[in-house]
Amino acid sequence: MNEIPQGYYLLLAGVLFTIGTIGVLTRRNAIIIFMSIELMLNSVNLTLVAFSSFFGDSSGQIFVFFVMAIAAAEAAVGLAIVLALFRLKKTIYVDEANILKY
Amino acid sequence: MSLTFLFFGILAVLAIATAVICVSNKNPVVSAMALVAHFFMLAGLYLTLQAQFIAILQILIYAGAIMVLVIFVIMLLNLGDEEKLREKTKYRKILASLLGIGFIAMLCSVYLGGGLGNKATSPMAITIGAPAALGKELFTNYLFAFEAIALLLLTAIIGAVVLAKRKVD
Repeated sequence: MNEIPQGYYLLLAGVLFTIGTIGVLTRRNAIIIFMSIELMLNSVNLTLVAFSSFFGDSSGQIFVFFVMAIAAAEAAVGLAIVLALFRLKKTIYVDEANILKY
Repeated sequence: MSLTFLFFGILAVLAIATAVICVSNKNPVVSAMALVAHFFMLAGLYLTLQAQFIAILQILIYAGAIMVLVIFVIMLLNLGDEEKLREKTKYRKILASLLGIGFIAMLCSVYLGGGLGNKATSPMAITIGAPAALGKELFTNYLFAFEAIALLLLTAIIGAVVLAKRKVD
């Protein structure tokens, strides 16, 4: 039995989500932005597992399983897009990829 | 102060530290390695929540599969440094830090204002976290979602191959 209050897990997940958000907003390297998105997904997973254990309901852990599958799909497609962008523009800095903007 | 609490504290501090390194380091390879360490810390946190199966999946899928893919792409692209693009990002960093502080303040007011919630995990948690219970749930109540995710993964594989292949013309 675990005697850590639920709020600690939620607060930790919130802090990690915030770090991920700051990473997405400040970095310009597409791969690091991608890794920050993974950080955000993982903080949400932590929240889901915490609720699942504290309420004794397995749905939360099933959702985490699906989130992991989505993250794997996202990794494959996202990195393929980064590769395609690098072939086209010879850069992976998102500020220099503005062909859809004008 | 119990052993679990100590374990939680160490893992939480290391998780935040590796996350900060991942987001702030200039070298993408160091970022990727910090993220791998972060995933291991999260797996430990899942163990404190008695979610054994999810902890193993975390290491297998995230640290094992996804990060290998990321590191391969970093290796393929042979990146230069981010230094020369530095100047323009000043205002962006200030704005993002303000947003982050605001977000954390909001979370603190919500969570700590309303109390810390349940003090202990449910007695059911140990049986729920085992692979047998999760598998039973997955192949009965969530069967349709499971099949749908299989289709999604197939689509993602095809999409990745089409996007990444060289054009033959």
